[in-house]
Amino acid sequence: MNRPFTRKQLLERAALGSAALTLPGFLAACGGGDDETAATTQAAKELADRLRVSNWQLYIDIDEKTKKRPTLEQFTKETGVAVDYFEDVNDNASYFGKIQRPLSQGQSIDRDIVVLTDNSRFPSLLIDKGWAEKLDKDALPNISNLQGSLASPSFDPDREYSLPWQSGMTGIATNTKLTGGKPVLTIDELLESPALKGKVTFLTEMADSMSLVMLANGDDPTKVDDTAFTKAIDRIQKAVDSGQIRQFTGNDYTGPLSKGDLAAAVSWSGDVVQLTLDNKDLQWNLPETGGDIWTDNMLIPKGGDAFTASTFMNFVYQPEIAAQIAAYINYVSPVKGAKEAMEKLDPDLAANPLIFPDDETLSKVVIFDAKALSNEDYIERWQALIGS
Amino acid sequence: MGYLHRHRGLVPYLLLAPGLAWLAVFFIVPLGFLAYQSLQSGSFDFGYAFDWSFGNYWEAIDRYHEHLLRSLIYAGLATVIALAVSYPLVYWIAFRGGRWKNLFLLVIIAPFFVTYLIRTLAWQSILSDSGFVLDALRTVGIVEAGGRLLATPVAVVAGLTYNFLPFMALPLYVALEQIDARLLEAAQDLYASKVAAFLRVTLPLSLPGVFAGTLLTFIPAAGDFINAQLLGTPREHMIGNVIQSKFLELIDYPAAAALSFVLMAAIVALVAVYARSLGTEKLTG
Repeated sequence: MNRPFTRKQLLERAALGSAALTLPGFLAACGGGDDETAATTQAAKELADRLRVSNWQLYIDIDEKTKKRPTLEQFTKETGVAVDYFEDVNDNASYFGKIQRPLSQGQSIDRDIVVLTDNSRFPSLLIDKGWAEKLDKDALPNISNLQGSLASPSFDPDREYSLPWQSGMTGIATNTKLTGGKPVLTIDELLESPALKGKVTFLTEMADSMSLVMLANGDDPTKVDDTAFTKAIDRIQKAVDSGQIRQFTGNDYTGPLSKGDLAAAVSWSGDVVQLTLDNKDLQWNLPETGGDIWTDNMLIPKGGDAFTASTFMNFVYQPEIAAQIAAYINYVSPVKGAKEAMEKLDPDLAANPLIFPDDETLSKVVIFDAKALSNEDYIERWQALIGS
Repeated sequence: MGYLHRHRGLVPYLLLAPGLAWLAVFFIVPLGFLAYQSLQSGSFDFGYAFDWSFGNYWEAIDRYHEHLLRSLIYAGLATVIALAVSYPLVYWIAFRGGRWKNLFLLVIIAPFFVTYLIRTLAWQSILSDSGFVLDALRTVGIVEAGGRLLATPVAVVAGLTYNFLPFMALPLYVALEQIDARLLEAAQDLYASKVAAFLRVTLPLSLPGVFAGTLLTFIPAAGDFINAQLLGTPREHMIGNVIQSKFLELIDYPAAAALSFVLMAAIVALVAVYARSLGTEKLTG
């Protein structure tokens, strides 16, 4: 259909596109209108030579032929800042575990931007512990392009420390080759169907996995209470004990799923849409009872270069760049105007509810209760469930 | 020189000093710190404080005794299989290897040139549901049609066995290689059958190697978490997985430290029983 076309199209346009896309940057450098303050401040501060970013897999556009990343290349071309891009975040807890020791000792972790999810307690923990640098808002005029609904999360009400990278939804991916061509659409099937035994994975993220099961139980994941939590955790435990659930994973479900070791996986929307380009047997759906929605946030860890990092954030908050990234990774862009820019790039993608969720899609997804995320008892029980 | 000459008794201690200092700094001190940590209470968000909370130990045992038991069983199985596999192998190399001995030994160690993690990931592909091993086993009928190997206890024990095999094979080799072939000739001269000669001469003489090999295999295998993580499911997770996630992900240091001590105590107890039953005088040759 049209989706594979878009990735190709994107590559073909890369050369042509970069000229057009750098135009806003060019104008900003000339110091027109609103951007004037930003331009003068930029002259006073100095950009670092390198920007070091930690992000998740399948989370930025890649040119399949050259293995280069067009967005990052453009940023380098415009600013002269080379980007060291690490895909070393596999799940929030283990990544945080890795960086917390140096940060707690006041050491730098050699990153200027890390990306953590708001449905874990870690963005809030990073800020509360004083391990995050403030954004340099002077270098970030495009922050005005942030979607209103994301402007004031409870962990950072004024967006002083964090800025969304992408949002996404959690649902069920199916390798239809193993299910007789039919996608798995219910949590009941996932947890109890004998046909899927041992070929199912859930996510290690408590919010993702629990949201889906609580919704299937008819409970409300936006206001978690003990009874509902226990009910959901007991149900998952049963599926673990019976061998129905093979594993709890981070991003690493992608390999076994496309290889066919897994029939179905609780998974993130954009990943699977990207994988379908190479494997037509894969499908991603929200469960009939609903899924959850979350936002990954860019944060500047202590010791990172706030000015350079903010300059990068400003760059990706241009609607054209945001559309370019979204067109490849198929996640929900937090940038206003990205949809309009996408209409020019590829009208089909602009109409894709996974990238620009319509009201119907939004009515099927929930945001997991933030208070439950830092409930020690819940965390402990969840960790015991996932086997560690 | 004069001083040392007069106090010759000091020399052994001076020679021991670097080793002892090393042990003190890198083993005793961290162990003490770990013990201190295991008796703290609190949470990562609000900080931990020392208050003799022995409850950490009870909680660790109460909540994770299954993981502990599983670790000891898996490690035990892996050790026994590694012994069964490597004894004949190494025996053959030591007595029949001739001038190729070193090459054969190199072949045993060769997998070690690849990182531990990569080796284990390779097993993921080898045992995968669409891999050739499973295909073969299905064809022969050992595994039923819908069965699998990956994400089962078999995979975890196989991974452990494979990863720690050289630790078993090398000490065994050293023990077997040192056996004087004339002793076997003497046994046969005295009308011992080949089996009797093996049981009465070779086996007892190789026991120190068996002892060292089993310890070197069992102890790290019991604390391993990579194999269970990559080749198992949560049902196969071992105590190492729990400690790993408590230290690095949950950042629950007291519980992790308490669990480490429980594991250490379990291992020390088992090793003590083992050493006693094998007889210490035999081991020192």
